[in-house]
Amino acid sequence: MENGKLHEKFDKIIEIRGVSKVFDGITVVDNMNLSIKRGEFVTLLGPSGCGKTTLLRMIAGFETPTSGQIILERQDVTGIPPHKRPINTVFQKYALFPHLNVFNNVAFGLKIKQIPAGTSVDKKGRTKEVFRKYTKAEIKEKVERALALVNLADYGHRDVNSLSGGQQQRVAIARALVLEPKVLLLDEPLGALDLKMRKDMQAELKAMHRNLGITFVYVTHDQEEALTMSDNIAVIKDGVIQQYGTPKKIYDEPANAFVADFIGESNILSGTMPEDFRVVFCGESFKCLDKGFARNEKVDLVVRPEDIDVYKGGSGKGQLTGKVLSSVFKGTYYEMNIEANGYEFTVQNTDEFAVGRTVELGIEPDGIHIMKKLRTANEYITEVTGENTVAICGGDFEFINSSGLEKGTRVKAVVPFDAVELTDDESDGVIGGNIAQSLYKGAYYQVQVYTDDDNDFFVDTADEWDNDDRVGIRIPPERITVTAMEEDDAQD
Amino acid sequence: MRRISFKRTYFAMPYAVLGVLFVIVPLGIMVFYAFTGTDNSFTFSNFVNFFSKPAMIKVLFRSLGVAAITTVVCLLLAYPIALILSSSKFNKSAILILMFVLPMWINSLLRTYAIKIVLDLIGLKNAYAAVVIGMVYDFFPFMLLPLYTILVNMDYSLTEAATDLGSGSAGTFFRVKLPLSLPGIMSGILMVFMPTVSTFAISDILGDTSTYMFGNIINQWFGTQAGWHIGSAYSFILLVLIAVTMFIANKLSGGKAQPTGAGGNVL
Repeated sequence: MENGKLHEKFDKIIEIRGVSKVFDGITVVDNMNLSIKRGEFVTLLGPSGCGKTTLLRMIAGFETPTSGQIILERQDVTGIPPHKRPINTVFQKYALFPHLNVFNNVAFGLKIKQIPAGTSVDKKGRTKEVFRKYTKAEIKEKVERALALVNLADYGHRDVNSLSGGQQQRVAIARALVLEPKVLLLDEPLGALDLKMRKDMQAELKAMHRNLGITFVYVTHDQEEALTMSDNIAVIKDGVIQQYGTPKKIYDEPANAFVADFIGESNILSGTMPEDFRVVFCGESFKCLDKGFARNEKVDLVVRPEDIDVYKGGSGKGQLTGKVLSSVFKGTYYEMNIEANGYEFTVQNTDEFAVGRTVELGIEPDGIHIMKKLRTANEYITEVTGENTVAICGGDFEFINSSGLEKGTRVKAVVPFDAVELTDDESDGVIGGNIAQSLYKGAYYQVQVYTDDDNDFFVDTADEWDNDDRVGIRIPPERITVTAMEEDDAQD
Repeated sequence: MRRISFKRTYFAMPYAVLGVLFVIVPLGIMVFYAFTGTDNSFTFSNFVNFFSKPAMIKVLFRSLGVAAITTVVCLLLAYPIALILSSSKFNKSAILILMFVLPMWINSLLRTYAIKIVLDLIGLKNAYAAVVIGMVYDFFPFMLLPLYTILVNMDYSLTEAATDLGSGSAGTFFRVKLPLSLPGIMSGILMVFMPTVSTFAISDILGDTSTYMFGNIINQWFGTQAGWHIGSAYSFILLVLIAVTMFIANKLSGGKAQPTGAGGNVL
């Protein structure tokens, strides 16, 4: 029992399984997969038209998915109408009932709600559940508690049209929260508020989430809002989840160039990795913290504007020499565009360097984030270890040795992402590893497995794996392509 | 700024002139006639003429009754149609609503004669029913249009919010849609009730002596030279009655009404 409860607590409350939505032939949500844990604050973040609101509306029940399933607490709710889902929504423009005062707006759902009132036995001896409605006193008490929660304790008698935008917003939140939903959906709730008000409401919403323990699913296009409030963020573009992870993870380790660009200001460059912990871009070589790439592998890399140090020209402290093109004061820092080796860097610095000045730019290793260029196969430089086995990440994998490679031959082994099989039980696999990251790629998850010998395995799989899960790795022999290395390659 | 706003009032001048010419002056003339005798001296005798004839009062109440029945029938017919036409499935093309409004483009006398022929064909003999059917047919679009306008402009997120808060479709209708469409209902009622209470052409064509309406009587008084004063007094009584009705109606819906779409403030 105790164990079951614990499991329940960390359980997934919502699962989106292969959900697509097509409007008039246009795919708005494209085979999305997402699972939200109980009590989490999850933000769906993306530019307008990316499908985030459609996804939210499908969770609420206002739209029916064209295909796929929506699971709420292990029950398929895909076809269940909104009024029968234990989910409530805070609408973008609040949608308060103009013909009701504040109290009656908040009480709206309570007056309808059927609550269990024990069981009764009917004439045929069958027990059945009995439902009742809330009494007036109960409704009054609940409404007053909800209004107090949103700091509108004495506003019950007020006409909703006489309230300010922020107050209307609070009424909308109280109206949804008073029903004690399992999940609260918020559709860009702060979009209509001014900056100051928005900041205050952000903090209040966050506090409410902490205190109530209700799962929040929040839709916004404001990356800053997403970063400050969320436990996890799903970055969405063109109906596909680009990355799902904690704000820190998404900011520090964007999965691709879109995420890097959308989350905060960033400089996105192409480079190559000549060796571990070293990356070449803009014609210069930089130290970095990333490894595990093939020799001279082409990579994408992100450098955040605040991670670039600016020095006086000729000081010899920086790696790149450039010229300041523009400078704008942003309140606490200067944002400058600095051209160096043909790339225009956006740089944020507390010191201003005058436009036209020659400066040096320095980037510390931890300021460089390397992203894999999109690939579809794992490649390993390794050697044949037996008649038909090859060493990959510290394990001997069987392969079909059709060209008769001898033991000890230096080879390149290529394993497509979708050829790798993950097993629940580590001992079922040839080698073991930890799930490092799960990326939603629309039709499948791209899982990164961190093996015991510090290598990465990328796996395309239909299943979802939780981070830090121990898994076994298996590869069908016919899916491993092994080719002998060229002589000069093999010498390295 | 002052100069501009001063100038702006100039644009209202033509309407003010029109208003005075075609509303205030005729009303003034009517009031003048109502309170004067044939010798143009002040008198209440025209009103005494009405209140001393129980038959006249009976006709007035009959008119009010027929108008009320017509209004209720129009409302009960028009509301479901407005609901359907304003739903997302049907509101994409204006053709459907046009189909219901199109008969208004045809002369009302012609329509009434057409109805008479149809009623004769189906053998309807009851004069009251014939008059009510004729009136409903003639004034139906005036009920439908304000209802359609308010329903089609209703913020869809409100019904979604109601559904979200646990309300089924019937509950959403009675808790949200109906109360929010009250202003449309009110203007529909006024748009139908006001003309039907004073019309005489329809009862002339479709009815018989038993369906004699107040409008017919006024019409008769104006047919004679000397009857203008009494006819004006009768018209004045009707005007006061309609004004009182509208005032009550506005008071009833005023507290809850929203000034969206077809507003109820016809007064």
